[in-house]
Amino acid sequence: MGDGRFVRTETVPAMPPPGRDRALVGWLREHLFSGPLNIGLTLLSLLVLWWLIPPLLNFLILDAVWTGDDRAACIASPERPRVGACWAFVIERINFFIYGFYPAEERWRVDLFFALLAIGIVWLLASWAPNKRLGAIYFFIVLPIVSVMLLLGFAPFGLSYVATSLWGGVLVTVVVSAVGIVFSLPLGILLALGRRSTMPAVRLFSIIFIEFVRGVPLITVLFMASVMLPLFVPESWSPDKLLRALVGVALFAAAYMAEVVRAGLQAIPRGQYEGAQALGLSYWQMMGLIVLPQALRITIPNIVNSNIALFKDTTLVFIVGIFDFLRTIEAARIDPKWATPVTSTTGYAFAAIFYFLCCWMMSRYAKSVERRLATGYRR
Amino acid sequence: MSGSSGKQDGKSAIPAVEIAGMHKWFGDFHVLRDINLTVARGERIVICGPSGSGKSTMIRCINRLEDYQQGRVVVDGVLLTNDLKSIDEVRREVGMVFQHFNLFPHLTVMENLTLAPIWVRKMPKKEAEEVARHYLERVRIPEQAGKYPGQLSGGQQQRVAIARALCMNPKIMLFDEPTSALDPEMVKEVLQTMVELAESGMTMLVVTHEMGFARQVADRIVFMDEGQIVEIDAPSEFFANPKHERTKLFLSQIL
Repeated sequence: MGDGRFVRTETVPAMPPPGRDRALVGWLREHLFSGPLNIGLTLLSLLVLWWLIPPLLNFLILDAVWTGDDRAACIASPERPRVGACWAFVIERINFFIYGFYPAEERWRVDLFFALLAIGIVWLLASWAPNKRLGAIYFFIVLPIVSVMLLLGFAPFGLSYVATSLWGGVLVTVVVSAVGIVFSLPLGILLALGRRSTMPAVRLFSIIFIEFVRGVPLITVLFMASVMLPLFVPESWSPDKLLRALVGVALFAAAYMAEVVRAGLQAIPRGQYEGAQALGLSYWQMMGLIVLPQALRITIPNIVNSNIALFKDTTLVFIVGIFDFLRTIEAARIDPKWATPVTSTTGYAFAAIFYFLCCWMMSRYAKSVERRLATGYRR
Repeated sequence: MSGSSGKQDGKSAIPAVEIAGMHKWFGDFHVLRDINLTVARGERIVICGPSGSGKSTMIRCINRLEDYQQGRVVVDGVLLTNDLKSIDEVRREVGMVFQHFNLFPHLTVMENLTLAPIWVRKMPKKEAEEVARHYLERVRIPEQAGKYPGQLSGGQQQRVAIARALCMNPKIMLFDEPTSALDPEMVKEVLQTMVELAESGMTMLVVTHEMGFARQVADRIVFMDEGQIVEIDAPSEFFANPKHERTKLFLSQIL
């Protein structure tokens, strides 16, 4: 080997990597105390937690009042100097928070709607659920029709009419979000395709719509839908207040969705279009079978992100007089029956927990999808 | 290798491809200039030339992946215009194999092969799968039908791409540098597949730098430079006795 030449005489067998310290102490040292900066940040984090957790724990659980019929239960007294969250208030008003003014004897219809919606969501989103195509038909066609009949009323089945002005609480928040999410995706896809179309009229319309809607706040869209729209249409067929807000939210979300989908479309290489065209596929076949399945796959995290934003934006419908979940809390917290120093804080804490749990679940889902996609198209 | 063969023995007098006085511009850039080329049925044409000479652009005009501004392109008797009907008609009869395969990564090999027959030819799924299996056997990878393209080697992917085009039972096959993106040890298996296809009598237009392949299967070689056809000749003459200065220079550089 001294002359720079070499011929291998035996193969080197594959060996496992040198052992890494997997013990807890080793992990701590490696991740939390590896250097002065790391040690400093670790201590700072502990300090923040120590300063944050005990008061929260005290307010939400340890000092909280769980039972009671009115404000007396949640007022500080000599024998109970510190009063935390007044959960008794939330428990007593929970039906109002969930159903709004929906007639008490008809609330099973709302419960059934929640159940049907949950089935649809799990069917579409869970990776283990079978037959996605049937699930899509159920979610996008069957569910909307059944929901309208169930919630609004359908005389042939003996379901009495319940005006949308009586709807409220979680029901309205879920309906507005679901309608916004369900309609924004197909509308957004069409707008995104329109924006990339070679037909000038289609492209111009898409660009104007997207840029106009994205250029104004949701509140403006809602005001226009509820105040200005009736000025332009005959009074006799002026549509329902909730319906107007739903249309406004759906169109608003569609404009954002269009840009999300467009980003996905732009990530698909030209070769995919050419491969499809060379095989003789039509435009819609190419888009539906080749381009969109790939583009939507990589856009799922961003779609969920848009939906999280939309879910929180639904609180703005209160501005046109619709009783969404946050608005029911707003109405209940000023009720003299429960007037205590902690009532408002409790109501807002309850709202925060509700919105956080919903959004957190959505983002967990996006995360799991991302992880599944990271493995590529192998199975 | 007998020069321009097959011109008379076709059943129909209509040439497979007829390009006459075609010009194309990319913006202000005159990329194809006065292209005239007639390809008979069953003829194998190899197109070569330096990069940027317009070879790929020219064959992409044959299935209208590119349009042209002047002259005419007639494929199997159909004049290619902006009319979508003529474009669809031509694309159904013309198969294409790309440098980067352009397989659909979200579909299995079998789904890649059956997609167009099912959706474009309206073939029943069972029949399409039978056809697909036949062609997978022909390109010698029948065992890969259930895999995704990302699980195959480059050479295997390109053979799947060839099989995918053949599943549409095309009359003409276009190859756009089919071996340029392959690792050296994969080139041979793809070329072998193409040689077999040529032996079956398929009309082929192949853009390639593989001069061995050109020598072996081409009826005529088209040499292009700066958007023009510089020389067309049978391989024996083309390699032994090039006429144009530009051809001589090109051959001296690559051989």
